[in-house]
Amino acid sequence: MKVEIDPNRQIGESYRKTVLRRLRRDRASFVGLAIILALLLSAVLAPVFTAYDPIKQNLDEMLSSPSLKHPLGTDRYGRDVLTRIIYGCRYALIIGVGVVAIQLFVGVTLGLIAGYYGGITESIIMRFTDVILSIPSIVLAVTIAGFLGGGIQNVIIAIGAIGWRDYARLVRGEVLSAKERTFVEAARAVGCGHFRIMIHHILPHTVGPVIAYTAFAAGVAILWAAALSFLGLGAQPPTPEWGAMLADGREEMRDAWWIATFPGLAIMVTVLGFNFFGNALRNALDPKIYKGKRI
Amino acid sequence: MLKYVLRRLLVLIPVLLLVTILISSLIYFSPGDPVRVMLGLRANEEAVASIRAELGLDKPYYVRYLHWLGNAVQGNLGRSLQRNEKVSDMIAERLPATLEMMVFAIVISLVVSVPIGVISATRANSFIDNLFSFFSLFWVSMPGFWIAIVAVLLFSMYWNIFPISGRGGPIWTASGLHYLALPGLILGIRQVALISRLIRASMLEILNEDFIRTARSKGLAERVVIYKHAFRNALIPTVTIFGIQIPELISLGVIIETVFAWPGTGRMLIDAVLKRDYTLVQGIVLVYSLLVIFMSLLVDLLYGYLDPRIKRD
Repeated sequence: MKVEIDPNRQIGESYRKTVLRRLRRDRASFVGLAIILALLLSAVLAPVFTAYDPIKQNLDEMLSSPSLKHPLGTDRYGRDVLTRIIYGCRYALIIGVGVVAIQLFVGVTLGLIAGYYGGITESIIMRFTDVILSIPSIVLAVTIAGFLGGGIQNVIIAIGAIGWRDYARLVRGEVLSAKERTFVEAARAVGCGHFRIMIHHILPHTVGPVIAYTAFAAGVAILWAAALSFLGLGAQPPTPEWGAMLADGREEMRDAWWIATFPGLAIMVTVLGFNFFGNALRNALDPKIYKGKRI
Repeated sequence: MLKYVLRRLLVLIPVLLLVTILISSLIYFSPGDPVRVMLGLRANEEAVASIRAELGLDKPYYVRYLHWLGNAVQGNLGRSLQRNEKVSDMIAERLPATLEMMVFAIVISLVVSVPIGVISATRANSFIDNLFSFFSLFWVSMPGFWIAIVAVLLFSMYWNIFPISGRGGPIWTASGLHYLALPGLILGIRQVALISRLIRASMLEILNEDFIRTARSKGLAERVVIYKHAFRNALIPTVTIFGIQIPELISLGVIIETVFAWPGTGRMLIDAVLKRDYTLVQGIVLVYSLLVIFMSLLVDLLYGYLDPRIKRD
């Protein structure tokens, strides 16, 4: 049995400390984290950041272009676009957390079971994953969300019901390599049951890659949810959800470009934040990437 | 070779069966009644019941499914609940538009990402490499439909270069190409970020191998070393990622079709879902899965061509 030695781990330093040290040295991780924190703050403190109401119409100020009073302009009902984007952070956050929670639960459970038990259990689970993979994701998401009847909650269910497949495959791979290690044998020798071995001995070994993937998955979830709302299957007007705002502003594109443009930018910056952070996490968690380069 | 293709096709049957079971159970267990959508809210109970019976909706789940499957195997996907046309005809009418956009996008994505990937690899960590990597991170973070909307604003509304929406005819006509250009370009370039990054990574790996050093020490021109020795080998992982990207390409295609009012199956799917036209949805999802499965088979066959070491027996 070859023992893995991380060449960059300083003597006496715990794994967690190594990862944190690497994250601190990575500028992109700060940018990503800053964006995610900004999203969180805007979601929680939306009424503090803006004095306008996200839904109440103000027909005196219809379609006014960006100005000091309305930095990002107003929409067809005179609502401040910036205000709606700030309130939209709430939906982005709810969607990101909700979707990732479903995906994590389903994907990790199935991946763990498939990898640990192997044999026919594994075949059944992995064939099922193949089936989900052979339907283009938006096609399946549209069908599920549409039949459930739209709305944010159903969007979360639809995207959660599809995206777990990547977790399942990721976790299964990690479990396959972890279950051959000697500590699993040792645990079995002292009489641990299957459940205990899976949860206490194998699951912790999958945590690193799963965390890094989760940052990406949250970004993807926000993108997809926006797409479903854009198609009219998700959040419905007048909800200040970014995808729905985009769909709304699209009709006014020629006369009022700002209505559809800025929610799109908000989505981009948010997803970029999750991608930056995910990249940095993946690099920090992977000992191989830093081989030969001491940082 | 033929044997391999046949065997692969046989393996597909259970996957396809499961896809159909998944979709029909989704339809069966979803709330909402298509007959009420058809007849409106104030329809009387008798009319609803008679139409349900006519469409076979009053039968139990497995009977409905087996009935549908029996017909589907014979190429009969049933009739649209909303338009009372044959689903297979409706799909056949729209499919060429979707396929031509996909082919166009695939060609564009290859034409753009190969040079970018090769340049990034041969000048790894240079200014231009970092520029490409920076842009690709931005590019994948943007919502595809947003890019499409902004592109329409700039290229169609402000500069009048491309038509705003619609299809101008088959791909081989000038007008068809003119209408296809903008949606096709957006769909194609969207894939560039990932594919060019992958070409870069695999090129970098290969450029460090012994046979490259041998080729260089033989005195071969650098161009020959890069394109004939390195790039050919980098194609294999590129084809893999391409296969993985196909469902994503199809997914984004559905959204792009909606933005550009493109008369393809993607837009038809969204309409069908919104109108709860179950038979039509079932048919379209089946066709899309077939598309994914056949494209991945094609990718598999490409491997054998690119890498003669992979034996098919």
